[in-house]
Amino acid sequence: MSDSGDSDIAWTLYKDRPEWKDITPVSEDDGPNPVVVIAHSEKFEDVYDYFRAVLKKNEKSERVLQLTKDAVELNPANYTVWQYRRDLLKALGTDLRSELDYVESVIKQSPKNYQVWHHRRVLVEWLQDPTLELELTGDALLQDPKNYHAWQHRQWAIKTFGLFSKEMAFVDNLITEDVRNNSAWNQRYFVVNNHLGWSDLNVQREICYAMEKIKFVKNNESAWNYLRGVLLHDKRGLSGNAVVTSFCEDLYKNKCRSPYLLAFIIDICDEAIKKGELSCFHNPDRAIELCTALATKYDKIRSKYWNYISEKFKIAKNEQEEKEKQQENGDKMDD
Amino acid sequence: MDNLPRCYSDIANEKYDAERVITDTSSDQIDVEAVILNLYKQFEKNAAMDPEMPLLNRNAHTAVLKTWLKGLPKSYECLDASRTWLVYWILHSLWLLNDMPDAETLSHTVQFLSHCQHEEGGYGGGPAQHPHLGTTYAAVNALSIIGTDEAYDSIDRSSLQKFLWTVRDVDGSFALHKGGEQDIRGAYCAISIAKITNTYTDALFDKTAEWIVSCQTYEGGFAGCPGMEAHGGYAFCGLASLALLNRTALCDIDALLRWCVNRQMRVEGGFQGRTNKLVDGCYSFWQGAAFPIISAILSQGNKEIIESVFFNQSALQEYIMVCCQARDGGLIDKPGKFRDIYHTCYTLSGLSVAQHGTGIGDPFVLGSPRNELNRVHPLHNVAPHLVYNAVHYFIRHPPPVKDKN
Repeated sequence: MSDSGDSDIAWTLYKDRPEWKDITPVSEDDGPNPVVVIAHSEKFEDVYDYFRAVLKKNEKSERVLQLTKDAVELNPANYTVWQYRRDLLKALGTDLRSELDYVESVIKQSPKNYQVWHHRRVLVEWLQDPTLELELTGDALLQDPKNYHAWQHRQWAIKTFGLFSKEMAFVDNLITEDVRNNSAWNQRYFVVNNHLGWSDLNVQREICYAMEKIKFVKNNESAWNYLRGVLLHDKRGLSGNAVVTSFCEDLYKNKCRSPYLLAFIIDICDEAIKKGELSCFHNPDRAIELCTALATKYDKIRSKYWNYISEKFKIAKNEQEEKEKQQENGDKMDD
Repeated sequence: MDNLPRCYSDIANEKYDAERVITDTSSDQIDVEAVILNLYKQFEKNAAMDPEMPLLNRNAHTAVLKTWLKGLPKSYECLDASRTWLVYWILHSLWLLNDMPDAETLSHTVQFLSHCQHEEGGYGGGPAQHPHLGTTYAAVNALSIIGTDEAYDSIDRSSLQKFLWTVRDVDGSFALHKGGEQDIRGAYCAISIAKITNTYTDALFDKTAEWIVSCQTYEGGFAGCPGMEAHGGYAFCGLASLALLNRTALCDIDALLRWCVNRQMRVEGGFQGRTNKLVDGCYSFWQGAAFPIISAILSQGNKEIIESVFFNQSALQEYIMVCCQARDGGLIDKPGKFRDIYHTCYTLSGLSVAQHGTGIGDPFVLGSPRNELNRVHPLHNVAPHLVYNAVHYFIRHPPPVKDKN
C-alpha cells in the first residue's frame, strides 16, 4: 500500500526524534501466541508504537495531529486513527478548511476507502458548508464513474444541503457518456425521487427518456430497470400504459429478443392477469411461451428461474380455467 | 438437467453484444469475456482427458491458508485494522476445506482475539483499536467456528451489549463504530452478533427492519443506505438481516429475486455485484447466499417446499474452479488479479453455496467428488451446526448483566 514512505531516505523514526523523548512507545500487544502477524516495516511499527502511546495517554496536541497524518499515510483504513484525529481537531480547534484540503489529498490517493469519505462528511457537517462537495465527487467520478463511495457522499451532500439544481444535467452527461453506467441511472432516480417528484408529467418524461435509451441500446439492463422503476410511480402500472406496451410490442415485432424485453413483457402479462385485464398480447399463454423462450434460448443461464416463473403462470392459468368452468357450470345450472 | 456443465460452444454463443455502441462498460466487459472464454476453451480440452475436472486445488489452498494464519507479508499492512477479519476469513476457509488447525493453534487464536477485545465492549481490528461492528462480527464468527468453551467464554457479552447500544441510532440504523459511518453493514453485523451471542433484545433492534427495507431500491436489490445503488454485498446484508429479524415480509421478495438472478453472468457463470459491472469471485457468496434464503422465504408461503436455488449452480462452480484459483493456492476476484484472503474466503463460501443449494437433498458437486466443501449457514456464513452450538451455549449461559431496556 504505502511503500512511498519507506523509500523516504530523509525519514527520522519517532524513537530518534528528541521532541518525542518524553513518550515511551507502546508496542502492539498481541499476547504470547499471536496469529495473523503482519510483517510491518520498521517505519510502520515505529509510528504505530507512538500512536498507541499517545492514545493511551489521551494526549491532544499538535504533534499528535502530525503523528496521525503519518499513521494514516501508512494505513488509511485505520478507523481508530481517523476517529482520534477528529477528537484532536475538536480539542485543538484546528482550522477545518485546511483539514478539508488534507482529506481531499488522501481521497485522491485512496478513493475507495470508507474512512476517508466519512472523515470528509464529518468535516462538512461541522463546517455546514458543502460548496466543494460536488466538485470533489465530480472529480472522483471522472476517474471512476461507478465509485460507490463517491456517489454516496454526493447523494448525502445533495440531500442534506439541497444541491439538486444541476444534478440532472450532471447525470445526463454521464448517461450520454456511457449509457450503461448503472450508477448514473440510479442517480437519475434519486433526483426525481427526492427533488422533482413523480408527477404525471415527470413520469411520462422519464418513461420517454428510458425508451429513447433502450432504442439506442436494447440489451442495456440499466435502462430497462429504470423504466420498470419509473413505472412503479405510474398509476396505470406496468400494463396500463399504452405507450410502454406498444413500445415493447413494436420491439418484439421487429425481432428484438433482448432478455430484458421478454422479461418486461412477462411482467406486463403478470400484471394484466392480476388485474383481470387479459388481451391477445398479455395473457398466461404468452407469458409461458416467453418464459420457455428465455429458459431454452435467450437467457439460458437463468433457465431455473424462468421455469419457476413459468410454473407460476401455469398455476394461474389452471386456476383461471377452473374458475371459467365453474362459471359455465353455474350458468348451466341457472338454465 | 439445469445443472449440467456447459460446453464451450454454448458459452461462446453468449458473448456480449455491444450493438455497435462501445462504452467503457461494454469494452471492460468484452475484455473480461475474452480472457475467460480462453480459459474455458483450454479447460474443455483438458477436461476431455480427465473426468475429474474441474478440480479444486484443496492442498494448495489449505497450505497457504495455514501459512497466512501464522503470519502475513508487509503487503497486508493495509489490513492492520482488520486482523479479526483475517482470522475469521482464514478459519472459515479452512473449515470449508475440512482441514482445521490443531487445538493448540485454535487456543492461541482465542487468546489473540481476546487481545482485540475492547474494555468498553466489542472487538477492534487489532489490539488497542476502537471496537467496530465489522471486526466484532468477524471475531464472534471466528470464535463460533472454534466452538470451544474457552472460545465462547472469552466474549464479554455484558460489555458487548453495551457497545451495540452505543452504535445504535434512534432510527434503528447502526454506525460501524462510535463516530463512524452508518450503513447497512452496521445493521447486519449488529443483528448477526446479537443473535449468535444471545444479546439480542427487541428494543435494541426497534425500527431496524424498517430502516433496512428503506434501502431496497427500484432495481430490487439493497443499497448501503437509502437512495444508493443496489449492490451485492449490501443486498446480502439487507436480506440476511430481515431474515434474522423474521421481518422478510416487509421487502419485495419477487423484485429481489429478479435482481439477484440477473446478477449471474451469462458467459462467466460467476456473479457481478451491480448491474452492468464486472464479475467478481467474492459475489459468489454475497449473491449466491441470497438464493437459499429466498427459497426458504418463498417456501413459507407455498404448499410445497422449494428445494432448489434459482441460479445456475454448475456455471458458478465452473467459474470458481476454472477462473478463480491462484496457482499457488488462494482464490481471486477474476483472472489477472492477485489472490487475497478476503477473496479466498468468499469465493470458497460461494462454492459451498453452489454445491449445497438450499441444503435440502443431495449436494450437486461439479467435477471430482473430492471438490465437495462443508456447508455454511447462509445467514451468518459459519457452519450451520457451529451457529447452533454457539447459540445454544449462550442461551444456557446468559450474560451476567441484563439489558438496560
